[in-house]
Amino acid sequence: MVSRRIVLHFPTRLGDQPIVYKLAKDFNLQFNILKAFITPQEEGLMILELKGKSDDYNKGIEYLQGCGVQIQSLSQDVIRDESKCTHCGICVPICPTGALTVDAHTRKVSFHSNKCIACEACIKICPTRAMEVHF
Amino acid sequence: MKTIKEINEKIKNGQVVAVTADEVIDLVAKKGVKKAAQEVDVVTTGTFGPMCSSGAYFNIGHSKPRIKIGAGTCKFNDVPAYTGFAAADIYLGATALPDDDPRNKVYPGEFKYGGAHVIQELVAGKDVRLEAQAYGTDCYPRKKLETLINIKDLNEAVLFNIRNCYQNYNVAVNLSDRPIYTYMGMLKANLGNASYCSAGQLSPLLKDPDYRTIGIGTKIFLGGGIGYVAWQGTQHNPGVARKENGVPQAPAGTLAVIGDLKQMKPEWLVGVSMLGYGVSLGVGIGVPIPVLDEEVVKAAAVRDEEIYTQITDYSESYPQMIPGSLGEVNYAQLKTGKIVVRDKQVPVGSLSSYSRAREIAEELKSWIKKGDFLLTDPVAQIPNRESGYVFKALKERPF
Ligand code: SF4
Ligand code: SF4
Repeated sequence: MVSRRIVLHFPTRLGDQPIVYKLAKDFNLQFNILKAFITPQEEGLMILELKGKSDDYNKGIEYLQGCGVQIQSLSQDVIRDESKCTHCGICVPICPTGALTVDAHTRKVSFHSNKCIACEACIKICPTRAMEVHF
Repeated sequence: MKTIKEINEKIKNGQVVAVTADEVIDLVAKKGVKKAAQEVDVVTTGTFGPMCSSGAYFNIGHSKPRIKIGAGTCKFNDVPAYTGFAAADIYLGATALPDDDPRNKVYPGEFKYGGAHVIQELVAGKDVRLEAQAYGTDCYPRKKLETLINIKDLNEAVLFNIRNCYQNYNVAVNLSDRPIYTYMGMLKANLGNASYCSAGQLSPLLKDPDYRTIGIGTKIFLGGGIGYVAWQGTQHNPGVARKENGVPQAPAGTLAVIGDLKQMKPEWLVGVSMLGYGVSLGVGIGVPIPVLDEEVVKAAAVRDEEIYTQITDYSESYPQMIPGSLGEVNYAQLKTGKIVVRDKQVPVGSLSSYSRAREIAEELKSWIKKGDFLLTDPVAQIPNRESGYVFKALKERPF
């Protein structure tokens, strides 16, 4: 048995196909959708917990890749050290999922961890290194 | 017409009317320039962003036996400092790096720790390792010193920044097909993002575009404590193109500032690491603008919509010193988070923290209202656009 947390990136064209459902039906895998949303660039993103026999798991992954879904493993969490963030906003356009946004009025930067896919793009570009990866 | 002396009387009496540089905008919109000039005594500005030409000097006191660190070597937490002064005076620059930092050998370099971080730790009251080597003289025989130091034990600890507080700044973009790492942050290939670095309508010199009230000797909020304008900053360039409202359309004036580091706070002096570029110091500065007449309040009420800046390519134009702008945008456009460059929508991020700038303007306002902060008359002006003062490029003369 394997159980992994993975991030699936769906290109726009796969938007309405029941790909994930097939993982259960054709590959006997159990899945649990942790997060799912559409990025500002119109890409679909889903964080899945995927469980099953090792053989089935590998076939399932192959199937997803065959459909054009990009897969990234998710073995860590990203948090923000609030005491270090100066709310500059330089991270906002770097984040691919819109997990970092700036409030139009207060100009403070919010971190929406439910949208974070732990891609780590913000980690080293944050000038105060307020964004941290935890394994 | 009001004088600084009259305003200071009001501050002492607790009758002063102080507003921040964003509040004055609404006030002027509501009541008009004339009424606002009568009602308001002080407009407080603020800015918080990385300012590389920052640093601090220290007198560490004399050890027993004495050591002449002057012309020797000296490191704070492995970060080298400048020793070309007398025995116990040392200057630490914000961008200095430990000798063993890999720099950009591993590209893009991370620049985790440098002079700016040492300054922040000192200000936070942390002990710092000082290691010094000297050649030894008859009067200063000692050759080596290794000790912990703490800011409270130093004789002087003075922040002295030779260029801060830029009056306007470029918007940086990348036209090339690879990501680049600049002091304006990471710029994705093919106009993937844009970054700017100014507090716009809160920024001190944008609210006094001809330096009528801000000059040498002006008392300011510096790093959470009190400081003064020491001189015009390096690269001061008042003669750039300006809009009708007098506001420069490109980087223009700058300030050199000085203040007692011992009174400052680590929230307002923050070590920053610019990926692939280096270390810098995030500095908080707030400047009070005395409302001497209607002109002052009119200039101070300029809005983001009326402050324009140039979009600059940092892949070629900037590094190669090729003049040229990809277009002009105002700060209201930048703050929407999207601008259009060469027909492409480009997401925008800011390096300067507007929310922190606002906190600074508020803090300075509260100091003034409480009577804790009196204004100063500048003792001399800094060069304005009529002065003919220019920022020149280097003309190399090979030898
Ligand atoms: S880049 Fe870092 S300091 Fe700036 S807003 Fe983002 S998390 Fe905060
Ligand atoms: S790691 Fe950072 S850049 Fe990546 S999704 Fe999370 S918040 Fe956004």
